[in-house]
Parts: sequence; C-alpha cells; structure tokens
Amino acid sequence: MSYPEELKYTSSHEWIKVKGDKGVVGITYFAQKELGDIVFVELPETGRQYKAKNPCCVVESVKTASDIYCPVSGTITDVNQNLNSNPELINDDCYGKGWIFEIAISDPSELDKLLSAEDYKNQYTK
Amino acid sequence: MPQKTPLYDIHLKLGAKLIDFHGWLLPVHYSGIIEEHLAVRSIAGLFDLSHMGEIEVEGEDALKYLNYILCGNIEKLSYDGRIMYCGLLNESGGFIDDLLVYRKSKLQYLLVVNASNADKDYAWMQKHISGFKAEIRNVSLNTGLIALQGPKSGEILYETARRNFNDLFYYHFTESKLAGKPVIISRTGYTGEDGFEIYARWNDLPQIWDSLYPIAFAHGAKPIGLGARDTLRLEMRYPLHGNDIDENTTPLEAGLSWIVDFTKDNFIGKEILVQQKKNGVAKIIAGFVMEDKGIPRSGYEIIQSGEVAGVVTSGTLSPNLSQGIGLAYLNPEKIGRGGDFFVSIHGKERKIRLVKGPFVKSKIYNSHTK
Repeated sequence: MSYPEELKYTSSHEWIKVKGDKGVVGITYFAQKELGDIVFVELPETGRQYKAKNPCCVVESVKTASDIYCPVSGTITDVNQNLNSNPELINDDCYGKGWIFEIAISDPSELDKLLSAEDYKNQYTK
Repeated sequence: MPQKTPLYDIHLKLGAKLIDFHGWLLPVHYSGIIEEHLAVRSIAGLFDLSHMGEIEVEGEDALKYLNYILCGNIEKLSYDGRIMYCGLLNESGGFIDDLLVYRKSKLQYLLVVNASNADKDYAWMQKHISGFKAEIRNVSLNTGLIALQGPKSGEILYETARRNFNDLFYYHFTESKLAGKPVIISRTGYTGEDGFEIYARWNDLPQIWDSLYPIAFAHGAKPIGLGARDTLRLEMRYPLHGNDIDENTTPLEAGLSWIVDFTKDNFIGKEILVQQKKNGVAKIIAGFVMEDKGIPRSGYEIIQSGEVAGVVTSGTLSPNLSQGIGLAYLNPEKIGRGGDFFVSIHGKERKIRLVKGPFVKSKIYNSHTK
C-alpha cells in the first residue's frame, strides 16, 4: 500500500511515475512520515533543466528543510501549484494530490537505474 | 547508547518518534509538531523533561557563592519558594548556561540547568567553590521532570492533586504530593502559557505521569515532543542555549540585560559586561518575521544592501502565525542605518521585518493577570 508497484524509486526517497516521455515526481510515504508536518514547498521553475541526482526543489517540515533530488535528467514541464497553499497535501496523499513536479525525461535509460518498489522498501525504509 | 528517561516505555506506547537529544532518547513528536503546538496553546500538553539537569547548592555561604558565580542577585529571592532566571557566565561574560534558581531556604538552593550542559556546569561550579562554605550536588539522575503547560493546566492539576494551586504564581514553587509521591511543583515553563513544572524522584515519575495523563487526555491535552517545545519557546522569543546564547554571547548581546545585577560587588564576567554597557556591543539579538515566503533556519545569513549583516540562530514556521519567524544576531550599526533586511534562503534573498518582544502574546499566571 505504501509503495505502489507501478512507480520507480530513488535511494533519496523520491518516486517517479512514467507517462510516455514525461514523469511525475513526488516523495515517498517513508519520506513524508520522517519529515512530519510539511509546511512549505519551494517548487522548481518550469522550463529549467536538471541533471539526475541534482537538487531541484526543497520540502520543509517544521523542523528541517530537505532537498528533493531529480530522479532523472530533464526539463521541468509542470509544478503542483496547489502545494503553495496546501503543502500538507504531501502528508495526506504523497502519491496523488501531493505530487511535486512533472519532468520531460531527456535520457530514458536513466530510468533503468532506479529502484523497484520492493527494493526501495527493503533497503531504504527501515 | 543514549540514556532513557523513566518515561521511555510510556513514550513508546504513545507512538512517539524518538531521537537522540544530547545523549537522551526523547520524543521529537507524537502526533505531529503543529498539532501538539496548538494543543498547548489552546488546551494543554505534557512534556517529559527528565533530561534536564538539577544541581543542589547548600551551606552557610550558598547565597554568597551563587551571587559570585551567577549574574543575577540571589538576594532578590527574598523568601523561600521563589524562583529566578539567571545566567552562569564565564570570565568573558558569555553564557556557560542559562538556568533557574529555586530558593528552598536561605541556605539551600536548587539550580535547574540544560541537559547538555549539566556536567560542564557542575565542573565549573566545583572549580569556583573554594573559599565558600557551600557544597554542590549533581542530582540530575535522581530527578525526573514533567511539564504541564497550557490554559487548562490549572484544572488538570487540580483534578489530579485534589488541591488547587490558585495562589501559586509565576516563578514560585511549592512542595506537594501527586500519586502519593513527593513532588516540587513550580509555576514555570518554556511555552509562554500558564503551566507547571513537576519535579519528582526518578523512579516515581511513571506513576505521576499515569495520574496526570488520563485527566489531561479527558480535557483534550496531548503529550508533547521536543519539536513543539522548540516552536513554543521560539514564538515567545525565549533563547535556547546552544542556538541563541552560548559561551561567546553575553546577556547584553542576547537582549537579557535585565538578568544582570550591576550593583553586585563582584561576579564572574562583570568587568566585560560593565564595558559593554558603557561602550555598546558588536552584535545584538533581533527577532524577525518573514515578509516574503520561506522559513528561516539556524545558520542562514541576514543580508542588508547586498552585505552580510548577521546570522540566524533559531528559525521556524510559527504554528500560531503560519509565518516564518526567527532570531538573529545583527550588527547594531546596520540596524541603526535602517534599510531593509533579507534572509538568504536556498540562495534567494527574502525580505524580513524586525520585531520587538515575543511573536505571540504571553499568558503567564501572576497576581496581576489572575
């Protein structure tokens, strides 16, 4: 339940849902639980390019600011503006209404390096 | 391995997320920082503060000794049962620690100190005791502490103790019993709300918690972790040792000159404080709120006209204001010059506004506010 099979995961606790040549990105159930109440999201800029594993936005809980790393290289095509007024959507629905950004994937082969739900769950959520 | 408080098993049962806090395994939150914070502001909360240090001072010269090592005047504790907030300073006037002094009698005092500083404080106190007819004892590991804070604290304690504490005012304490166990109850706290701090023998603490908790729970109170303890104190602008004050900051720099008694003959750090009073300070603490979006954090730089003007020592999102708030040390000349200040957050300058006093109004219980 906590780690949907159809998503790919990173060791830094992001997920990506691939739809054609684009991917939707958010943070995992484990990540939002560890952070606690999320109170602020610094969204990336649409149109900006990021390399895989580079920080592209920031999710903040009351206690800490946490960088979000781009799971794959690409260009930001959309961001979840609802998080500006309702950052807690990430706590409430991290794989749904709490999505953070959409990216046009520049190198689909990078997807192969990401983790399956099972591997992510076993290795990074204990 | 971090140490466990007497309430460790209770925290686990309540689903706390535990962290290693200066060598102590303590809850950072139970249900969530914001929910806990708002519960304390609107109803009440229970905190396990058993990690805090306690040092007893006793003897013919206890008062003289405390007046030498502390910056406040202990003679102002003019009767038993009174409490004072004080600084333990080094020769440079910097805070070794900030603490509370409880007067049990003219010859007996209890100092309540920060957990992470207790051993250091004790060693410093031991080093400066020669020549005084006084003894000190570190009783930190015999003394458990629960704080009950929030507007419903008085009712909860009344129903638990079957005794009202209406005559116990802010910064006063009394001896009493809870769950049949001897306790010291003081009307103090670190939240700005009415409330109590309850000291008991280490092993008695679970029974005391168990006597308070069901009554507190029935009122809608919650167990509170260190996360909300920090947001509550910061909204009140109370300094945290290790963040906002340390061995390199003096009471004058920290906006705490009211805790210094300059009329005392001599005390450790006095010379520097006298100089600072005369010549001014090179840095001064300032409270600020975010005008732009963003949450300030400790270590972020404050910028004015493109130049670094200071550094943030504490920052958070205020759950009551839903706005970023913080404390920073600034160059006083730059404050005098006027002009806008910004905090650098994730590489961008965000506007801040300096504010005086607490960010949220205090609701402490004293004879005027009764």
